[in-house]
Amino acid sequence: MSRPQSRIGIKLHQHVIEVKSKFEAEYRRFALKRNSHGGFQEFYHLLQSLHLIPGVEVLLGYADIHGDLLPINNDDNFHKAVSSANPLLRIIITKKEDEPEVFGTNSLQRRKKGLGLTGLRTATIGSTHSRHKPSLLIGQPQDFRQISSIIDVDILPESHRRVRLHKHGTHKPLGFYIRDGVSVRVTPQGVEKVPGVFISRLVRGGLAETTGLLGVNDEILEVNGIDVVGKSLDQVTDMMVANSHNLIVTVKPSNQRNNVTHRVTKSSGSVGSAGSSGSARDSPSPAAQSNPITASNSIAEGDSEDEEDDCDLIMENDSLLTHQVINSNLRDSHDLRPLPQSISLPNSMAASMISNHNGNSEESLREDGNIISL
Amino acid sequence: MKRFRRHGHETQRDRLKQELYQFNKTVEHGFPHQPSALGYSPSLQLLAIGTRSGAIKLYGAPGVEFMGLHDENAAVTQVHFMPHQVELVTLLDDNSLHMWTLRGHKGLSELLEIGRFTLTGPPGAPPSVTRVTSVLAHSSGELLLLGTEGGHVFIVEVPGFRELEERNISLDQVANSVPEDYIGRRNLEHVESLQENPVNPNQVVLGYGRGLMVIWDLEKQCAMQHIPATQQLESVWWTEDGEYIISSHSDGSYCRWMVGGEDMNDDEEKSDIPYGHFPCKAISKIVQLPTEGGPPFLLFSGGMPRASYGDRHCITVIHGKTHVALDFTSRIIDFFAIRDGPQFSEDPSALVVLVEEELVVIDLQTEGWPVIQTPYLIPLHSSAITCSHHISAIPLKLWERIIAAGAMQYTHYSKKPWPITGGQNLAPDPPQRDLLLTGHEDGIVNFWDASGVCLYPMYKLSTAGVFHTDSDLNDNMNQGTEGEWPPFRKVGCFDPYSDDPRLGIQKIHLCKYSGYLTVAGTAGQILVLELNDEAAEQTVEAKVVDLLQGQEGFRWKGHTRLDVREEPVLFPAGFQPFALVQCQPPAVVTALTLHSEWKLVAFGTSHGFGLYDYQQRNNVLIKCTLNPTDQVALEGPLSRVKSIKKSLRQSFRRIRRSRVSLRKHHVNNAAKLHEANARLEAELAEMELAPVQRKIEARSSDDSFTGLVRTLYFADTFLTDSSHNTPSLWAGTNGGCVFAYMLRLPPAEHRAEEPVTAHQAKEIQLMHRAPVVGIVVLDGHGAPLPEPLEVAHDLARSPDMHGSHHLLVISEEQFKVFTLPKVSAKMKLKLTAIDGSRVRRVGVAWFGSSRTEDYGESGLVVLTNQGDLHIVSLPHIKMQVHYPCIRREDVSGIASCVFTKYGQGFYLISPSEFERFSLSTRYLVEPRCLVDAPRQSFNQHRPPSFGASSPQRSTSESEDAEVLQEIQKSLEGEQTSFLENNVKNAVA
Repeated sequence: MSRPQSRIGIKLHQHVIEVKSKFEAEYRRFALKRNSHGGFQEFYHLLQSLHLIPGVEVLLGYADIHGDLLPINNDDNFHKAVSSANPLLRIIITKKEDEPEVFGTNSLQRRKKGLGLTGLRTATIGSTHSRHKPSLLIGQPQDFRQISSIIDVDILPESHRRVRLHKHGTHKPLGFYIRDGVSVRVTPQGVEKVPGVFISRLVRGGLAETTGLLGVNDEILEVNGIDVVGKSLDQVTDMMVANSHNLIVTVKPSNQRNNVTHRVTKSSGSVGSAGSSGSARDSPSPAAQSNPITASNSIAEGDSEDEEDDCDLIMENDSLLTHQVINSNLRDSHDLRPLPQSISLPNSMAASMISNHNGNSEESLREDGNIISL
Repeated sequence: MKRFRRHGHETQRDRLKQELYQFNKTVEHGFPHQPSALGYSPSLQLLAIGTRSGAIKLYGAPGVEFMGLHDENAAVTQVHFMPHQVELVTLLDDNSLHMWTLRGHKGLSELLEIGRFTLTGPPGAPPSVTRVTSVLAHSSGELLLLGTEGGHVFIVEVPGFRELEERNISLDQVANSVPEDYIGRRNLEHVESLQENPVNPNQVVLGYGRGLMVIWDLEKQCAMQHIPATQQLESVWWTEDGEYIISSHSDGSYCRWMVGGEDMNDDEEKSDIPYGHFPCKAISKIVQLPTEGGPPFLLFSGGMPRASYGDRHCITVIHGKTHVALDFTSRIIDFFAIRDGPQFSEDPSALVVLVEEELVVIDLQTEGWPVIQTPYLIPLHSSAITCSHHISAIPLKLWERIIAAGAMQYTHYSKKPWPITGGQNLAPDPPQRDLLLTGHEDGIVNFWDASGVCLYPMYKLSTAGVFHTDSDLNDNMNQGTEGEWPPFRKVGCFDPYSDDPRLGIQKIHLCKYSGYLTVAGTAGQILVLELNDEAAEQTVEAKVVDLLQGQEGFRWKGHTRLDVREEPVLFPAGFQPFALVQCQPPAVVTALTLHSEWKLVAFGTSHGFGLYDYQQRNNVLIKCTLNPTDQVALEGPLSRVKSIKKSLRQSFRRIRRSRVSLRKHHVNNAAKLHEANARLEAELAEMELAPVQRKIEARSSDDSFTGLVRTLYFADTFLTDSSHNTPSLWAGTNGGCVFAYMLRLPPAEHRAEEPVTAHQAKEIQLMHRAPVVGIVVLDGHGAPLPEPLEVAHDLARSPDMHGSHHLLVISEEQFKVFTLPKVSAKMKLKLTAIDGSRVRRVGVAWFGSSRTEDYGESGLVVLTNQGDLHIVSLPHIKMQVHYPCIRREDVSGIASCVFTKYGQGFYLISPSEFERFSLSTRYLVEPRCLVDAPRQSFNQHRPPSFGASSPQRSTSESEDAEVLQEIQKSLEGEQTSFLENNVKNAVA
């Protein structure tokens, strides 16, 4: 994968990388210290000043070692880009308006092919992906809503699969059932039969079925990083329901033919989610950086995104004392319609979710929940 | 370095945890489930009860309790104390014998098993040869006589359980000594009874099932006399003077035989069938006790006329002209009499009867033979327990008033002190007065003194009087009609039959400072009661509250509202109802709280919640929490049954329809039809044989019962701005929703006229939608707010109103702290997401350190659906410790758990028993008692630590008793076999 190359880079060029950036028809060449560089923002401003385009909204892309055009839009993929410079780092700058032309189908097409080659089910991204024609515009990764991903391929045994289901604000059911069963384990004492928990049924049209990553008779090994050994079916059920907004299940698929295999020599493209490219071992992959939950450390205790998902809906009647009139009206409306909250809950919640995702900077928005002032 | 320091900090916290928390199951309160054997030691003054689950429990003076458990899970069929010793022998269902002793250890006695033994017969003999049917603990204290099913009597030396083979009494030896003409070809059957001659310990009577009794001389090893009874033998009693043997039989007769008479055939002095003429049931046990200068007491169980009263559980007591058939509430396990005098050989003073559901003690020396109130072994389940509520540290004034009210109710009990007085209770006096309230299915609330080891009844409140019920007419039927034969008298309080399940008590809340009590029941009734020291006649006015608030299109299909008496009702002294709220629909009340300072009661059902002002007697607030799509909650409990039926019907219809349609389309294609049918059948089979599976789905607002109100909480806190605290009401629902209302109370001088108002201030919808089971407001110091009136009574520090308050919301899955007044999440602790368990019960408790007197912490005590107890620190909500407590399968045990404010708790281990546990190192209520060995064995095996640590006063007292005990002739032979292992009953 990318690691050997980056090593070579270090060897040959010690501390400096060559950067060639292109904006429309202009090129700039400059050197960048490998270690002293700052974050993405700094780099972005540097490019803006070099190309004399301060204030112009641009998108950055770089050509990786396979010739794919990959975006640079945060610290992580910037570092990735820097580390993969061999020795040259090619930067392509596009204006935000004409973004689709440059960030177009070409590179994404290639990546899609790559996906196919790895033997992964394309259903990951859903049916919309496969249906579109080459000419169709593809939006930015952030325009898609990720519904599932395979994660931690690098740290799990090949026979296991860690699947993350994103419930988000959708009304689509998770849609699967679990049952008790008998699992066969190989132990130093020989083969042993132990009780296990298995997927017993997938609901048609449910999230679990549409991702294609879970199947009937898959054995459930972990729920959000916690081993289910010794836990009853009801306990596992409760754990899954409690984590349903951000469910990560590690399964041992009953069908072992579609496993993701580690390819050390050949660089595998993405292993799962739409935004990922490469599953580097020590440098965080884009998949990882867009979802801070990767594995071990973050699963056990609630992390920031989890918090975000877990936001509670809080309605306050703060100005009760100061604005008597308004509030009495409100109260009247409560009295007239006995169930305003509970009826409107799903909608208002969805609305709040959206506002949260758009990064709406209302004063009512808090990092750990939405507050709607009445 | 940093790491090291942090580590050091953790070990310090660990040490603190050890000083604060420890888990102990301390004592079992109530009546043992399924008792199966009874034993009594007059010399120790201890009572022993064996149960079907293999437990053995010893009781003496109140507070003196011991418990042991046999490793085998077999029922205890017989318990025998060794005369004049601290040992006792138990016989189990699996034919094993066990020796137990009370051993002194660090100044306290412990019940220990010291030996076990199973009879081994000759090789190849059938198991019946060694199947023990009767046991006699010989008065020498060294021998056990074991009668077996095969008719042999084995003699075993104790405590070592050494078989004395040469002294065994074989069936052949007995048969050879019996005249040919009597024995004929008939089998003597099993040994039914073994009794020792009270005046000659060398003589025992062997009673065989067939009826033959043989007096055997243990020394000479020969038969001395034969008593040829002809009826199946049930029990044998040797009178105290040694002159007569009384036998009872399966036909309901008993006979008196002279001992030592020359002519055997004329021995039968008297045969009587007390309830004769028509066939009678067996007399399973008979006892005759002499009185000084009066006629003897004759006591026997059973013997009732089979056809008319065969279903009664009776013990007949005959003394002179007085003849009473005590009619018990459940099957009689066994009984014995306690006798007066220093040697326990004088007049019988009390009759102790163990029946399946309670222990009844009858005073035989007071006119009318009244019942003596038992200080322990109370049947908690006299009507099924439906809820419980614990209040710690009751003020003395309220305590005394409740006791006074209770004393007026318990007048029909004997004034005599409790007659079983063995052992000394060395437990320190309880640190505080604790009250446990249990609500029952029949609308009764029982008040128990839960301060110490004995759960003692204090007062009984009946709420049924407020309503019209069917039971009103039945009461008269229980009165015995005059001149009835047999002369029945009902005794005991076990009465599991509720006349109206709607009366059932579901929630209780008592304010210990003001004496206001509120109880809520199954049919949506909420009563507010106040303590009145005198009886009063009053009308209770009902206020109907429509929780649906105009939601239409729904029909309640559950039970109807209770019918309130409109005429004035006379309420006895004690808690008297003065206000009644009835919810509409009359669904079961699921949450209840009372604020005595504000004089408000909040209540909730599956439809919504309300706030009632009990001073002005009107409703302040009604809030419907119902999800309009939630049909199940709307229709009531009955509809669920219907819906199952409906869904079954629908599925059958669907099958039928699909069959029909298949025929239509493929009528010509037989093969296809066959295939389709096969598939259908497979589907059906799958439906039936589908393994247990669980749906994995996020909870949604459409789930059933999301509107059910789980918890209600009053708090004086900062609800709207951070400078003014206001009274508030908080409600949590099953759907993870929290409602907060700001309450405006008129000033105290206008409290009676101006209305109380409530405005909704906040609503929080927890994203994970798990049921909200607890709400607590923490003050500026992070301490839970005190109870109402607690500060006014100087019993709690007033809360810190300067710092910011926090709201702790406890759902079944998470603990979450929010800031106030602006609600935003501050921290949380996930439970279910981590280990899959859910919060079932939660309480706030204060834990004092065992090392430093003045250090303590508040914490949350949590019981999960896995039966584990967790302690969560406040205000940082960190897991501290956890202990497994209840089996996860024991759903009713988990549901019954209540916590005290000082880290103890109670849960039901059977319908009739509370297990008490403690999580605190400082507050621990457990039996600490000492039983002195009778003098005989005292001198021989004196435990080294015994004399030094036992209090001086009691030692001298007990020594006096021991001197007297030494010369006594005891009644050890009383514990004969009982009904349970009686083979012949089935035959007869």
